[in-house]
Amino acid sequence: MAELLRHAWAIARKDLLLEFRTRTAILSAAVFTALVLVVFNFGRDPTAVPTLTIAPSILWVTFSFAGMVALNRAFQLELENQALDGLLLAPISRYSLYLGKLAANLVFVAAVETIGLFLFALFFDVPIWRVLEPLVGVIALATVGFIAVGTLFSAMVIRTRFAELMLPVLLLPFLIPPLVWAVQATGALLAARPLSEVTGSLKLLAAYDIVFVALATFLFPATVEQ
Amino acid sequence: MLSAEGLTHAFGSPPVRALDGISFRLESGRTLAVFGPNGAGKTTLLKVLAGLIRPQAGHAHVQGGRRAIGWIGHQSHLYSHLTVRENLLFWASLYGVPEPQRGARADDLMQRLGLGDRATQPVAALSRGLVQRAAIARALVHEPGVLLLDEPFTGLDLAAAGEFRRLIAELARGGRAVVLATHNVDEGVELATEIAFLHRGRFVEVAPRGARGPAEIAAAYRRAVAGG
Repeated sequence: MAELLRHAWAIARKDLLLEFRTRTAILSAAVFTALVLVVFNFGRDPTAVPTLTIAPSILWVTFSFAGMVALNRAFQLELENQALDGLLLAPISRYSLYLGKLAANLVFVAAVETIGLFLFALFFDVPIWRVLEPLVGVIALATVGFIAVGTLFSAMVIRTRFAELMLPVLLLPFLIPPLVWAVQATGALLAARPLSEVTGSLKLLAAYDIVFVALATFLFPATVEQ
Repeated sequence: MLSAEGLTHAFGSPPVRALDGISFRLESGRTLAVFGPNGAGKTTLLKVLAGLIRPQAGHAHVQGGRRAIGWIGHQSHLYSHLTVRENLLFWASLYGVPEPQRGARADDLMQRLGLGDRATQPVAALSRGLVQRAAIARALVHEPGVLLLDEPFTGLDLAAAGEFRRLIAELARGGRAVVLATHNVDEGVELATEIAFLHRGRFVEVAPRGARGPAEIAAAYRRAVAGG
């Protein structure tokens, strides 16, 4: 177990170091996030629908799109010089490869979501600061499940043609349940509803995380075998 | 030591046999040169030996498992935006090289392969020949007992290729088993203790090199490929 985690950490650290060196994906994702929020900001009629009604959906659609950018790059960087074959040759568990990628993706998406949340508050003038802690909890729970499934599919499609198109086609149906629960919980928090009203959604998000992290970890080795 | 017994594998639909009943045994300290034209199945054979491809029939055994394998192929398996040293340290960590030894081993290899002054340069800034040297260092960083070399001289100039040949010979003398796959007889013949001609997924001939010289082996190769 210790060796598995040590290898996972080495892979995650390497991915984050590569991203820190190039900064291309994080900048692309951050700009993309800002643009989606700008489009939503100017593409809605605030007199027709109150901001608080539509804001949770906008937030989660933005996070989902930004997450796709992160997931597309996760295995893309292993195609250069066929580094993925090197990883598969190495005497490491396929599980550690998955967990390393998952950890790096989570850090990457968390950074993008932090920027997105700040811009969301700025553009839509929604009161996130007074519910920041529970809101971060909702975002964290929803993101773990989303990225767990996305990391698996990212590995699955990487050797296919049109991988960037295939990923959302495969992934979005699996995101519907956590998105519904995350939007409900975010809406309740922004509307200053009591915390007891969101515990149901949080429990469902946690259950989704447990099931899909376990399932994706278990299935991952089969997706990378030749 | 490594061995293969009845390795068979096919790709595509309708299936095209890339390997068709390959068997051999190679002891430590010996070098098997596998000569074959493009598409003969050389890369598939090495990938099966390395465990990257599971054969549809037969089995391969490498003493020491995946940890004992060093691979040098068409691709470097290096990350372009990491430095040469960072790449070596990363791969050393995955191969279980103890942390205190990683730095010294990476530095030693870089010195031996003429990369000492390139240690802190990103791989993206290196020429093709230097990238190949870095790939060689990557393959040796965990001191493998078995070397699988797939067209390893690609991209090396004459001097670097000569230096690499000397290094492989030294590693084989040190007790490593080496499988070298190439389409160029001149490149591999000096190193070989055993010779195999691979054609359409089959070993047409497997034999000790003996006293045969390069010209004799090249002629035998041409006959084997033409007649296979």
